[in-house]
Amino acid sequence: MHTQIQHLLALWGTLPEIVRTVVWILIITLVVILCVAFLTLWERKVIGWMQLRRGPNRVRIFGLLPGFGQPFADVFKLLTKEVVVPSGASKFLFRIAPALALVPALAAWAVIPLSPQLVVSKANAGLLYLLALSSMGVYGIILAGWAANSKYAFLGAMRSAAQMVAYEIAMGFALVGVLMAAGSMNLGQIVQHQQGGWLAWNWFWLFPLFVVYFIAGVAETNRAPFDVAEGESEIVAGFHVEYSGIAFALFFLAEYANMILISALTAVFFFGGWLSPVAGYPVLGATFLGDPSFFWLGLKVFVFLFLFLWFRATFPRYRYDQIMRLGWKALIPVTLVWIGVEMLMAAIHIGPWARPWFH
Amino acid sequence: MLVQILFYLFATLLVAGALGVITARNPVYSALFLVFSFVNSAAIWLLVEAEFLAIVLVLVYVGAVMVLFLFVVMMLDINLAELKRGFTRFAWLGWITALAVIAEIMGVIWGHGLGGIDVGRGFVSEPASYSNTRALGQVLYTRYAYPFELAAVLLIVAIVAAIALTLRRRPGLKVQDVSRQVAVRAEDRLRVVKVSPEKRS
Repeated sequence: MHTQIQHLLALWGTLPEIVRTVVWILIITLVVILCVAFLTLWERKVIGWMQLRRGPNRVRIFGLLPGFGQPFADVFKLLTKEVVVPSGASKFLFRIAPALALVPALAAWAVIPLSPQLVVSKANAGLLYLLALSSMGVYGIILAGWAANSKYAFLGAMRSAAQMVAYEIAMGFALVGVLMAAGSMNLGQIVQHQQGGWLAWNWFWLFPLFVVYFIAGVAETNRAPFDVAEGESEIVAGFHVEYSGIAFALFFLAEYANMILISALTAVFFFGGWLSPVAGYPVLGATFLGDPSFFWLGLKVFVFLFLFLWFRATFPRYRYDQIMRLGWKALIPVTLVWIGVEMLMAAIHIGPWARPWFH
Repeated sequence: MLVQILFYLFATLLVAGALGVITARNPVYSALFLVFSFVNSAAIWLLVEAEFLAIVLVLVYVGAVMVLFLFVVMMLDINLAELKRGFTRFAWLGWITALAVIAEIMGVIWGHGLGGIDVGRGFVSEPASYSNTRALGQVLYTRYAYPFELAAVLLIVAIVAAIALTLRRRPGLKVQDVSRQVAVRAEDRLRVVKVSPEKRS
């Protein structure tokens, strides 16, 4: 058995790089989709507990773990349902819009460093690539809203387009701050430059930018309390009101994949990615917990995902004009002021700018 | 070899997309064909390792400009028959403009060459440590700092002008005073009263 594994590893090393990359892409995509499945279950469980309910507890896997079969039951239900295309809809766009929403959410994983060794692409302009992809995510939503030929869907699309364009600016400016602190656009280097314990991570010196980034991230993913694009009490279900079956499931998948993505990016940009908070501490630092590994990135992602769910169970939905006001008049000025503060920090060499390689 | 195949693939798609922009009947489809063309030209830029330009093209034009474009175009209610009636009457004007633009581009290329680029020699790739973004930033903030700042000021002026031109205050308009709404406290609106429970009879 042991020699067989070694044999396989040796074989893996001889494969051409393009084959290995494709295999990694497939593995990461599959894992993200599985994570989405269990995230939906976790969301319903958590919100259930917060509202003193039990959440899904009927469908089991192999007769074990009550509730764990729920995501698979939902997927099979949606797969076997008919996709209704409304008459008067723009048929091609109506069908392609869900895919356009999903593709950027999955493609972004290419540049995210999952562990010190594991990243699909060490792109130098990784941060720009992420910004470009997240700005493309809006097409799926506005095309879905327009192609459905329905007033509710169209209203949802308009709201979402305005909201995403507004919050992208705040997000971009927050990332400018990260870029200044790291001195690099390569995500692996951004993580490496945060080395030096949990107080050296970016969140400490860039705290306002972290808050702005996460709020903008919640808005970008159209999650509560910024889910006016769906707004079931005002415009039924917004942009996906006409979608059914697997086409609807793709939108669902895109939304949750984006949540995981934003959580991972927050961990990478502000919380040291795969760096360990106990590195160098006497007892724990000596165990595997002290090493930088995927374990820590996973844990951080999980915490931020929990925040997403917590927000949804806690906050009432924002009014549309309040969203615009918050984005343009609160978040963007905060980022601009903090970029100015960072200039001061860089001038007097404190925080991230106290590191020797910055001079 | 692979690069060449990819180039011809993206170039063909780019030309097809550009043709789609001017032949599509629906303006929304036209805008989407334009997005498609942008994405393909970004891919061609990536093939010559100009990753900064490629990503910025997608980020700015596809991600922001065209979204707003679509936003407007989708809300237009255009009568297409009305729009097409003038087509043949003004076609000559379009042809003259197109020929003039082509002549200008040809003139620049013939007059100046391609800025010292030897087309026959082919493309030389940079080492892996070379960062396009860093190189661009270095010249932009040193050698071309002044023109760069001028461009930024120009954009600010354009923004201010656009807002000033469209801002109008109609008298008697009912708007919400958001500052007052935000300043509202629960104590102003809500009174918690203690009601003694009724005796069970």
